Amino acid sequence: MTLLAVQTLNGLQLGILLFLIAAGLTLVFGVMDFINLAHGVQYMLGAYLAVAGYGLTGSFWLAMLLALAGSLIIGLILEMLVFRHLYDRSHLDQVLATFGVILFLNEGVKVIWGSSPLTLPVPEILSGSIPISDGLLYPVFRIALIVSGLAVAALLYVLVSWTRVGMLVRAGATNAQMVSALGVNIRRLFMFVFGFGAMLAGFAGIMAAPILAVEPGMGDNLLILAFVVIVIGGIGSIRGAFMAALIVGLVDTIGRSLATDIARLLFPPAAANDVGPAVASMLIYILMAAVLFFRPSGLFPARAG
Amino acid sequence: MTAVASDKQAVATPIFRARVLPAIILAAFALLPPLAMALDDSFLVFFAIRVMIFAIAAVSLALILGFGAMVSFGHAAYIGLGAYCVGILAENGIWEFYISLPVTLLVCGLFAAVTGAISLKTRGVYFIMITLAFGQMAFFTATSLSAYGGDDGLTIWGRTEVFGSSVLSDRTTFYYVVLAFLAGAWWLCATLVNSRFGRVLQGARQSEMRLQAIGIEPYTYRLVAFVIAGMLAGISGALLANAAEFVSPAYMTWHRSGDLIFMVVLGGLGSFAGAVLGATGYLVLEEVLSHVTEHWRLIFGPFLILVVLFARGGLMGLIPGGKRHE
Repeated sequence: MTLLAVQTLNGLQLGILLFLIAAGLTLVFGVMDFINLAHGVQYMLGAYLAVAGYGLTGSFWLAMLLALAGSLIIGLILEMLVFRHLYDRSHLDQVLATFGVILFLNEGVKVIWGSSPLTLPVPEILSGSIPISDGLLYPVFRIALIVSGLAVAALLYVLVSWTRVGMLVRAGATNAQMVSALGVNIRRLFMFVFGFGAMLAGFAGIMAAPILAVEPGMGDNLLILAFVVIVIGGIGSIRGAFMAALIVGLVDTIGRSLATDIARLLFPPAAANDVGPAVASMLIYILMAAVLFFRPSGLFPARAG
Repeated sequence: MTAVASDKQAVATPIFRARVLPAIILAAFALLPPLAMALDDSFLVFFAIRVMIFAIAAVSLALILGFGAMVSFGHAAYIGLGAYCVGILAENGIWEFYISLPVTLLVCGLFAAVTGAISLKTRGVYFIMITLAFGQMAFFTATSLSAYGGDDGLTIWGRTEVFGSSVLSDRTTFYYVVLAFLAGAWWLCATLVNSRFGRVLQGARQSEMRLQAIGIEPYTYRLVAFVIAGMLAGISGALLANAAEFVSPAYMTWHRSGDLIFMVVLGGLGSFAGAVLGATGYLVLEEVLSHVTEHWRLIFGPFLILVVLFARGGLMGLIPGGKRHE
């Protein structure tokens, strides 16, 4: 039972990270119909910038500020140099060009920081562990990650539901052409959304840096999970991204911890050790296929028509 | 608006593009081993085998990407599946091609049929992402096959046999076998595209609604093309496993799928000669750049972006008579 509790918390944690990445991805896609593979690299850059910032200042919090600013600046530079020229292009062109950005930045990080994994120390104030049940300790920082992620989600909800910019973003996701026809500068709106998304992904990277290895390509696997999330949630929908991120995080984490045990009930032990992990790693894709089979536009489709 | 015009052009395909260019390319590949022998450069043959293997995969992707507008971002999965069929059979002592080839076709065909049936229900960006996800599914399954090397991959101690003889171990023989498969795959795809089947496929790219209006449901046609492409890519994987005598999950990373798309786009969409040239260009560039610097991707990434932004016809656009008319 306690194992399940810990795995649930770990699943939430993965879900939150996924949400932070998927939120930017789904907004950018919703408003501009732009598919940005390089979003996972933004997450990686956030982590690297935090490590670099920590090296400069020696403080986690200052490092976080620097990394957030850095993520925003790099995101906007990429937007101006590359992405801006791709909005009117086909999805194929967008996929390929942003794939080029991934190759470049993954390699660039390798050149600057080397290819061996780096670490970022947990800030002093969040370094302890708290007992969640008898004899079981859970690190405070991981709980802080979950809480801060939920706070960001709440903030996003307020921004998107109650502010003027949020209204434009929702309108843009529903019908961008109409919004543009009504006199809204959709390009500027997009720069805002894009910069914000880059910062969210950077924030995810910063929060992941103390608990995961900071290494080149660390964003690639999460990017694909984030795609699964926004496909399940419905492209363009923040609410869908949030629900789907938690579902994917929980299914993946709990699936991995239980699959081998369940497989042992059905197969001989040697086979179970193979079948378990294989099935566990396929679970979320099966989930996605099932969702798409019944609801081809995801659970909470944002786009009209 | 341009649909009628481009249809006319498709009917009047320049003879150069349809006959002469493929003949030149295949002849160049056929003449390479004697040339390499004369130059005493055995690496050239080894490298060309690799080029032809990826050209097969690129041709298969060009069928669905260039003519069916299906942006499959999981095509490398079939290379991996084909390679693992050969590897796993060999690990269990089965070396004969008349078993491994049908098994490869069956496994890849089934995987393509199941994932394609689901993926093709979706459109546009959903299709890109769902094929990507299925590709990742195959990748993670391969990494968890601990009995067959898991992450580290699996060394195959030999090559596929032909009725008990190991003729494929001879490099030149193997070279021409790969070339024959390339020519076969190319011929098959070109024939398909020029048949009624291909017309429907290309028609669906232009307007699904018009096709439905004349009573044709493009879904089945797309699915069949998707399965054929998967099986051809599976053959390229089986050949790759034989060429490298090694199988690893690295064959099916999503980066590989991205590379394959780039090969097709680099060559020029809507042309199989383009796919072959694109695969060649890609691998030559990779080879050359990786000699210049270990961080060749630092140059390659921006190059890719520039190709997408500015070189819209791809390599075929540079060849007289090869330009795509749209």
